[in-house]
Amino acid sequence: MMLVNSTPESLLTKSVPIVVAGAIFGTVYGQVNGLVILGFSAGAFVSLLLTLFYAGVLKQKFLSHVINIALFGTFGLLSSSLHSAIFYVILSIAFVWFIFWVTEAKYRANLLPYLSSSQVAWHYLFRLICGAIFLFLITPILVVLPLSFNAQDFFTFTPEMLRFEPEGYSLKHYRDFLGLRVDSNGEWLRAFQNSLIIAPLATLISVTFGTLAAIGLSQSHVPMRRAIMAILISPMIVPLIISATGMFFFYSDMGNFLEETVGINKNAVGYIKVVLAHAVLGIPFVIITVTATLVGFDRSLTRASANLGANSITTFFRVQMPLILPGVISGGLFAFITSFDEVVVVMFIGSAGQKTLPWQMFLGLREQISPTILAVATILVVLSIALLSTVELLRRRSERLRGMSPS
Amino acid sequence: MLDYSEKYSMEVADGTPLKKSLARSLRKEKLRALALIAPLLIFVLVTFVLPIGTMLTRSIDNSIVEEILPRTVLALEDWNEKGDELPNEMVFRSFVEDFQDAIADKNHTKIGSRLNYEVSGMSSLFRKSARKVKKWDLTDNAPIKQKLIEVNKAWGDVETWAVIKTHSVALTNGYFLNAVDMQRTPFGAQAQPENKQVLVKLFIRTLKMSLIITGMCILLGYPVAWLLANLSNRTSNLLLILVLLPFWTSLLVRTSAWKVMLQNQGVINDLLVWIGLITEGSRLEIINNQFGTIVAMTHILLPFMILPMYSVMKTIPPSYLRAAKSLGATNWTAFWRVYFPQSVPGIGAGSILVFILAIGYYITPEIVGGTDGIFISNRIAYHISSSLNWGLASALGAILLGVVLLLYWVYDKIVGIDNVKLG
Repeated sequence: MMLVNSTPESLLTKSVPIVVAGAIFGTVYGQVNGLVILGFSAGAFVSLLLTLFYAGVLKQKFLSHVINIALFGTFGLLSSSLHSAIFYVILSIAFVWFIFWVTEAKYRANLLPYLSSSQVAWHYLFRLICGAIFLFLITPILVVLPLSFNAQDFFTFTPEMLRFEPEGYSLKHYRDFLGLRVDSNGEWLRAFQNSLIIAPLATLISVTFGTLAAIGLSQSHVPMRRAIMAILISPMIVPLIISATGMFFFYSDMGNFLEETVGINKNAVGYIKVVLAHAVLGIPFVIITVTATLVGFDRSLTRASANLGANSITTFFRVQMPLILPGVISGGLFAFITSFDEVVVVMFIGSAGQKTLPWQMFLGLREQISPTILAVATILVVLSIALLSTVELLRRRSERLRGMSPS
Repeated sequence: MLDYSEKYSMEVADGTPLKKSLARSLRKEKLRALALIAPLLIFVLVTFVLPIGTMLTRSIDNSIVEEILPRTVLALEDWNEKGDELPNEMVFRSFVEDFQDAIADKNHTKIGSRLNYEVSGMSSLFRKSARKVKKWDLTDNAPIKQKLIEVNKAWGDVETWAVIKTHSVALTNGYFLNAVDMQRTPFGAQAQPENKQVLVKLFIRTLKMSLIITGMCILLGYPVAWLLANLSNRTSNLLLILVLLPFWTSLLVRTSAWKVMLQNQGVINDLLVWIGLITEGSRLEIINNQFGTIVAMTHILLPFMILPMYSVMKTIPPSYLRAAKSLGATNWTAFWRVYFPQSVPGIGAGSILVFILAIGYYITPEIVGGTDGIFISNRIAYHISSSLNWGLASALGAILLGVVLLLYWVYDKIVGIDNVKLG
């Protein structure tokens, strides 16, 4: 017994959204080719015809797909090239799916049965709006990836790239980044090395001090807890330009002292300054993540360990540390990315010898526009995906360890 | 009759009263906690709080004039800067003596550029005069006033001396006055000439654009947070990646991505031309202006809005909405009267966070903001690295810091710093 009544009249009313979609697509397609009216009417007419045929006559999903793919694919092949044929096949699958989704009322399947049609429409409109916002969030990052393989020195898609021709793509910007090109001066690689020296050292300092302080802060009786917390979190809140200005004066005095009185060489002093400055900036993240992990920490475990004869150092390393390790590591990753991504402070207190990757990118964006930036950006996106997955896995592990249901 | 506390006092094994023993162990615990916190606290205080504190003192510190021109400052004390009479011979003589000392120490350009912040032309006046004054012999007691005025007639100007006297105090409010488009004059604080009034406008623009960005983030973040909070855990975790990935991606990557998207030959313009909404000749100007800054910064700060909203909305039971509807509320009433009030803490937390981060932004406005999309931070950076007017930079920084700390305090009151969550 079919739930949906499929008399021709009701099929016609049902096909309205499909015809509208077809007309919109046809209009856009016509606009590109300069034939708006034709595109509009052809789009509406073809989608009406196909709807009536597939849903009214054929009534068979698989067969409709086969016929439509053949139809659209041939059209694509005839009108242009193989690449556009692939596009049309994808379009065809979406189109036939849409026809059956609308005519068989599949869109109500997962919704409460008593919803009115305007509520159903709002439900899907809302999803559409959210989809657009997600698109807004992710598009800029995705656009950078293919552009980094551009064979030209442009920041835009070339016609060759849009036609998916292999000549439009190359790895030259990556070669430039690695210093393998004749005209590259190895600047990028040097900047990358500097970042890889500074970030881990800064992370080490903030994680060591930060974890100890977070453990101290999570004790039950800490005088002036709120005030101390406010001070320790402040590097995250104070605008970077103000931190950078303050540190600029402070570290230039300290640098002179280290160079002249202590006698450390200039380059080493430069690194010390930047590492210390970045360590301070990373501390709030370590404090926040580690205190969050310590919230669920069962204090009786340390008492049990002390009861069994362990001293406080053994207790810390054998009992407490393994349990809060996920929080410590994700705090460390936050601190690492903070330092790895930081540009204002390092520009103010570092000298040319400490030029980091973000600094080089900033110069590239402001002065000589070089597409190598996009290659670097792609590498950094891959890095952030790796870091994000690590942090997520650690968070789940930590929640499991502490007996919370992982969310 | 025995004292109550004596009678019932309890003792621990070694004979000390329980109360005392407990107090001692509590003190020990406190000390241990502080010992764990101390290294970090000292580190942050010394390398972060102290530098910012000393930077702030630069916004009122003005000892330079008194240091370089000590005799002049002393001699000028008796002179009336409000009148139209030039200082006497004595002042000119002390000035030339000070000036020659300063030239010998190579300090004369410093004082010149310090006074140049207040009146343009002072720097070149000092530099040019120095070449001649350097060789003068002062031992013969010949009149110097006329000689100096011959070198440059600006020395015969009452205003020049008035500027020196007005800015000779060791602690000045001059930088703060400059920061709000006013100036320190012999007649008290006065407004800057119209064409130099830029900073108040810049402050207002910074606040206005930060508000717009916060508003955009609420508008775009609310539906997404609602969707994430009401989907099954599996789906919402997958979609959360789309929020977290931009959050974890380097700020410069996102900024350069927006440069790629928005520029004249960029992706958006290309797309619009291809569709035919705009013609090749009328490509949209959407970068290097306020629009570019707002779009890019909304994108960059959006995760900071979504995450706090999401964690609040997650705690609102969906049954409340159903209950409201079953009692006869329309969809809108149920949302507005039942759901929305409960989600306000999330909006508040996210908004303050986004606003605090937005008003201090530097990198993104610098790259996509052009000239009319820049923030007060960019002006501070300009004064630190280009104009070298560090006093003004510090005064601007102090005002900005004041606003941020006020908001930080509000945030702490409303949300609590302990409740900040990441990821």
